[in-house]
Amino acid sequence: MTTNTSQAPHMTDHLDLLESHAIFILREVVAECERPVLLFSGGKDSAVLLHLAAKAFAPQQLPFPVMHIDTGQNFPEVLEFRDRAAERISARLIVAKVQDTIDQNKVADPGPMGSRNRLQTITLLDAITDNNFDAAFGGARRDEDKARAKERILSFRDHFGQWDPRKQRPELWQLYQGKVNPGEHLRAFPLSDWTELDIWQYIEREEMDLPSIYFAHERDVVLRDNMWLAVGPFVEPRKTETVERLTVRFRTVGDANCTGAVISVAMTLSEIIDEVSVANVSERGATRADDRFSETAMEDRKREGYF
Amino acid sequence: MKPAHKDLLRLATVGSVDDGKSTLIGRLLVDTRQLFDDQLDAVAAASEKRGVGDLDLSFVTDGLRAEREQGITIDVAYRYATTPSRKFIIADCPGHEQYTRNMATGASTADLALVVLDVAHGLKEQSRRHLCIAALLGVRTIVAAVNKMDEVNWSESAYLGVVNEIEILAKELGFESVTSIPVSALLGDNVVEHSENTPWYTGPTVLHALETSEAGSWTTTHEGARLPIQWVLRQLGGGRTYAGMLNGSSLHVGDRIRLLPANIETTITAINSGSGPTDTATAGLSIDIALKADTDAGRGDMLATLPLPTITKDFEATICWFGDAPLHVGQRLRLKHTTKVTPVRVSAIGGVVDIATLSINETAFLSTNEIGIATLHTADSLVVDDYRDNRVTGSFVLIDEVTNATVAAGMVGRAAFL
Repeated sequence: MTTNTSQAPHMTDHLDLLESHAIFILREVVAECERPVLLFSGGKDSAVLLHLAAKAFAPQQLPFPVMHIDTGQNFPEVLEFRDRAAERISARLIVAKVQDTIDQNKVADPGPMGSRNRLQTITLLDAITDNNFDAAFGGARRDEDKARAKERILSFRDHFGQWDPRKQRPELWQLYQGKVNPGEHLRAFPLSDWTELDIWQYIEREEMDLPSIYFAHERDVVLRDNMWLAVGPFVEPRKTETVERLTVRFRTVGDANCTGAVISVAMTLSEIIDEVSVANVSERGATRADDRFSETAMEDRKREGYF
Repeated sequence: MKPAHKDLLRLATVGSVDDGKSTLIGRLLVDTRQLFDDQLDAVAAASEKRGVGDLDLSFVTDGLRAEREQGITIDVAYRYATTPSRKFIIADCPGHEQYTRNMATGASTADLALVVLDVAHGLKEQSRRHLCIAALLGVRTIVAAVNKMDEVNWSESAYLGVVNEIEILAKELGFESVTSIPVSALLGDNVVEHSENTPWYTGPTVLHALETSEAGSWTTTHEGARLPIQWVLRQLGGGRTYAGMLNGSSLHVGDRIRLLPANIETTITAINSGSGPTDTATAGLSIDIALKADTDAGRGDMLATLPLPTITKDFEATICWFGDAPLHVGQRLRLKHTTKVTPVRVSAIGGVVDIATLSINETAFLSTNEIGIATLHTADSLVVDDYRDNRVTGSFVLIDEVTNATVAAGMVGRAAFL
């Protein structure tokens, strides 16, 4: 955490206001709900969320656990970061595994290379039920997708974990009200009003730690569906594909088999900010196969209970 | 491309269905290059699929399946735009009366309302209704885009006729700043670039009006400082600090401050913000403060400086009712005001607002989407300001005790025009 010990007057800027709003939401949900949890993927947005949560309750420890929905198809650098970040603030880490959901025959096994993207919704909803969570913080931002742009900061989920975009609770002023009946829960999105650029500027300002794959590095990749996929245990080159060794970085972090790399030489936060400032493709459009199923892929998944 | 110091402006679109609110926001985002190529491609593909031309700009914000099928906005879409001096949070609100609760959601935190009107139709009843709600919600600055100028052959007299209507209503509703602009959201005239089709118009474009607006933040309207306590933080080595989001005027270490409703005066000995210890905190910041006096302050209490708010259990309020069943006298609900939640009962209903005439008519109940005046009685004392003085400490929501649904937006007191 950056501590500003200088007493010079500080002009409030948009990052201060976004930070303050997020901290306000974190405190409000903790005060209103019985058993919150913070969903932590190890990506940059959830890293910012965890950082803000630590600030909101400092010097006390987090008043809720941190949960990772582990698809088993993660980048190893991200898992290392997950453990390091949780340990740094002594947070209690719960890991809910999609593999367990598969082993319990709740969903069909898509095979070692198949996408587990949609399956993780089942694992997530089961983990929320099993732990009696009534609120789950997520790092989703409204600028990521047109369905997310429509979602409330405190978003109600029914007994089936479903989001009904036609029946959202009015959310007036900053009067976030988080009461739900047993079996229902809330998703809370403190970073709703942040953009990708805000996230990177904040990470730079706060000198935050991140998984190394966000920074440019050399990697074996194949071009598939117009995306550079990292060759590894979850992506085997097909006969028609040529493996190339390129300098790349990741703009988002999802499963290794549906997250594309971007060609980049940005090795520092300031270089990444320069790159993001002039990007002409959105982060999910550039790098996420899971959003390409249909026009309303995100809305459809959110209705089922996705993040 | 180093980010310079930016401030934040929250705006909400206001106006009737089909007057072009979503199209204007789409145009604004496209012409200021806030949209990525793949997002534009997706809008183009969706437009083709639904047979609505090459690029239906309303699809930039109307992202839900049902919205695209019906060609309407159902719920608020939040979009973001950045210029060298400002970050904008744009709430694109629905125009239909049945989605009033969603419009109120978008406008409740707006610093500025971007009113969109069809020049051929002028102020429709629903536009009046939206402007009235925006005024009730405390918005004081409006930018009025008089849209579809291309459909009236860029007629200055048609434009001036609508401007006249807006200005009469704006005066009635007490808006402090009104900027009218002739635009074609479809073609982009006077949205980001000045139009050659309106040589008689010399005022700002929509973008310029938004960039230079001095509307100010919705949380800084009041003279006194207000810190509703959200959470008590126990400090290492003993002692407590009181956390919350500051609104109204600034606070400084050494300021005298009063804990309410206990009514204990004490002194601020330390202030912490997200960036660490500080001498001064301004509105909109989440802070925690240490006090000289040892108190039992907790969540739901308020720290305030002069002029002090009112401590009350019985008060008159303006209510926007969203419940499916009517609100009636004697009804019991839950009320959330700042960080305090308390049971509440409706003591009296003083009337329902007739939007067309801005008069108040007698009624026994408020139906869905009606606005009325009610007297409320709370179980616990509230520490309130009149809504006109402070949009944070003057606002509350009513909650259904069984379903936990938010069923009303409430504002302490009543607007001067009612």
